[in-house]
Amino acid sequence: MSTTTADDFHGAHAHDDHHDSDHKPGFFARWFMSTNHKDIGTLYLIFAIMAGVIGGAISGLMRAELANPGIQYLHGWAQMMDGPDATMDQAYHLWNVLITAHGLIMVFFMVMPAIIGGFGNWFVPIMIGAPDMAFPRMNNISFWLLIPAFALLLGSTFVPGGSGNGAGTGWTVYAPLSTSGSPGPAVDMAILSLHLAGASSILGAVNFITTIFNMRAPGMTLHKMPLFVWSVLVTAFLLLLALPVLAAAITMLLTDRNFHTVFYDAAGGGDPELYQHLFWFFGHPEVYIMILPGFGIISQIISTFSRKPVFGYLGMAYAMVAIGVVGFIVWAHHMFTTGMTVNVKMYFTAATMVIAVPTGVKIFSWIATMWGGSLSFKTPMVWALGFIFLFTVGGVTGVVLANGGIDDNLHDTYYVVAHFHYVLSLGAVFALFAGFYYWFPKMSGRMYSEFLGQLHFWVFFVGVNMLFFPMHFLGMSGMQRRVPDYTDALAYWNGIASYGYQIMGVGVVIFFVNIIYAFVAGKKAEGNYWGEGATTLEWTLSSPPPYHQFETLPVIDDSGHH
Amino acid sequence: MAATTLSPQRAKRRTAFFAALAALAMLGLGFASVPLYRLFCQATGYGGTTQRVTEAEAAAIARASQGEGRQLSIRFDSNVNGVPWAFYPEKKSMTVGVGGKSMAIFIAKNNSDKPITGRAVFNVTPDVAGPYFTKIQCFCFTEQTLQPGQEVRMPVLFYVDKKFLDDPDDKDVQEITLSYTFYPVEKPADQS
Repeated sequence: MSTTTADDFHGAHAHDDHHDSDHKPGFFARWFMSTNHKDIGTLYLIFAIMAGVIGGAISGLMRAELANPGIQYLHGWAQMMDGPDATMDQAYHLWNVLITAHGLIMVFFMVMPAIIGGFGNWFVPIMIGAPDMAFPRMNNISFWLLIPAFALLLGSTFVPGGSGNGAGTGWTVYAPLSTSGSPGPAVDMAILSLHLAGASSILGAVNFITTIFNMRAPGMTLHKMPLFVWSVLVTAFLLLLALPVLAAAITMLLTDRNFHTVFYDAAGGGDPELYQHLFWFFGHPEVYIMILPGFGIISQIISTFSRKPVFGYLGMAYAMVAIGVVGFIVWAHHMFTTGMTVNVKMYFTAATMVIAVPTGVKIFSWIATMWGGSLSFKTPMVWALGFIFLFTVGGVTGVVLANGGIDDNLHDTYYVVAHFHYVLSLGAVFALFAGFYYWFPKMSGRMYSEFLGQLHFWVFFVGVNMLFFPMHFLGMSGMQRRVPDYTDALAYWNGIASYGYQIMGVGVVIFFVNIIYAFVAGKKAEGNYWGEGATTLEWTLSSPPPYHQFETLPVIDDSGHH
Repeated sequence: MAATTLSPQRAKRRTAFFAALAALAMLGLGFASVPLYRLFCQATGYGGTTQRVTEAEAAAIARASQGEGRQLSIRFDSNVNGVPWAFYPEKKSMTVGVGGKSMAIFIAKNNSDKPITGRAVFNVTPDVAGPYFTKIQCFCFTEQTLQPGQEVRMPVLFYVDKKFLDDPDDKDVQEITLSYTFYPVEKPADQS
């Protein structure tokens, strides 16, 4: 891609810590008042890992309760939270709080900060040859808005929210459960938390769009940008157009709750179904917001470890654009059971299935990239291959659920839970781990243990499949989402799923051991530790890159590949 | 790209300005969806929203259509939510011909010892019949104050539009339920 090398513009000071381009401010100024895109990216990643541990621990509580039929632990936990005389109603409310917190934390405080805020901040400027983001101080606000947002969400679990403490509305916050059904400040706090997280993401999106449109290095045309940058660009537009609609919807929830408006209240001529339309008009693009940057990461990795440019670069870029555009006109497939006519169902079924076409283009282009390539199965590559396989499984069940007629049966069952965990928990999270192993030595300057990375992959892969695959069977047998109890007939596969969770948990422990290993005993990473397959601009820099890179802009020549 | 005409700093500001404008437009659209959605439901009968016409329009349509075509059973459903009233239809159901004008009576009685104001909200089931269930006169959305012990009879004048017969979605519909729910207009202060 670039004929220049690191030596041309950084070699002179890559080994000189006292040079201007690598001068770092003191600890407090560096991390708390940071305007440096790499430091903010690091903060986002640390935040996402911590939120992921909390969200993952909550799912552990849920799997413990679901390991056997009947109520085992839930009542005890409710007594711990709400005092010894907690009723069964409070216990069921606690379950709702757990599913709500798990969903909101994983979506807004784990996947989005990691994949957009973390990797996006770190590598979008470097990959387009820019010294930093367009608005570094706005970047700082984007990150620090997340902290009070997360604090509000966690804090809401300690104040009343209806039958017990905490917001028990589900991550969808449907009215009227979230309005007249949940008195008390907990739901207000959760809504405010979403407002702040949404504002953070909108500011971040403005920043990414401005950076990518205005700060590309000379010669870096839009059609030469690495696919990860393309994926973040499309994602930023989705954020920009979808999140304000959520903001409007939940603002009306707040006024319905506190100021006697009746937007969603049938008693005053409002309509609770309007909330569902608004929520899913945001919610469906939101799932692409979580997965598109993953597509970008996987494209970079597959190309690197096949030592080939990505097959069908333009098709790959515009497939993401197509997914983004079509993603805005399929929202009502989340609402097939709200009573729509056959014709409306037919439209949303067909439009939803159309998304399988650009997604198929991407899957087949990845396979074609590997075809005839010089493959090496390093840790990032096995995660990327795991991603392709598991995302395809999730995509297939998505096509099943897209059918309005079938969805009537499967709506709100564990089949849906299995589907969206295959595309998110196994799709987005595998992309995150792939990107993490791909770029961790670049970010930290230390190599991790290849053995532990491979071990992490296999343990995690077995664990999550044991955890989520049986949920397909459970859903088709009629097990409902969001209910802490089930009939004895479903005990077998629920038990297997809970064992799967434990195996996955071991995998996560290996991940943390590997990070500790890297910092304690890891080898120093070279500038381009993946060799000739890694062609994007971050590999022309040292590992870690200097505090300020590209003071002399790199020039991208015409002959290069992507 | 824009660097040829604008300084880099101004180019960045311009991009950010348009991006922020797009976000604000979507925010506006989010709120604008409230009236838009209402218009959409009234125009299409989506979600069981019924249609309303005036006497004169109805007279022209309903003329000479008694008993013609399919017979439909119309059921009447009445609910109260938070108002201490007895509220019930005079007749639980009636059979009408498609296109024929009919009248149903709902009766409400205030059983409490203080005057109470309520407001009725209605809907039609199945949803697909909503566009054709046309009301000429009804007591929907008007506030109704009942003194202690007072009883009122509230008429609903309606017909099922003959276009109903042409809609394939309504091919199997033999029964339409008209449901009213009375809600209190002033929320009681002691409600938590």
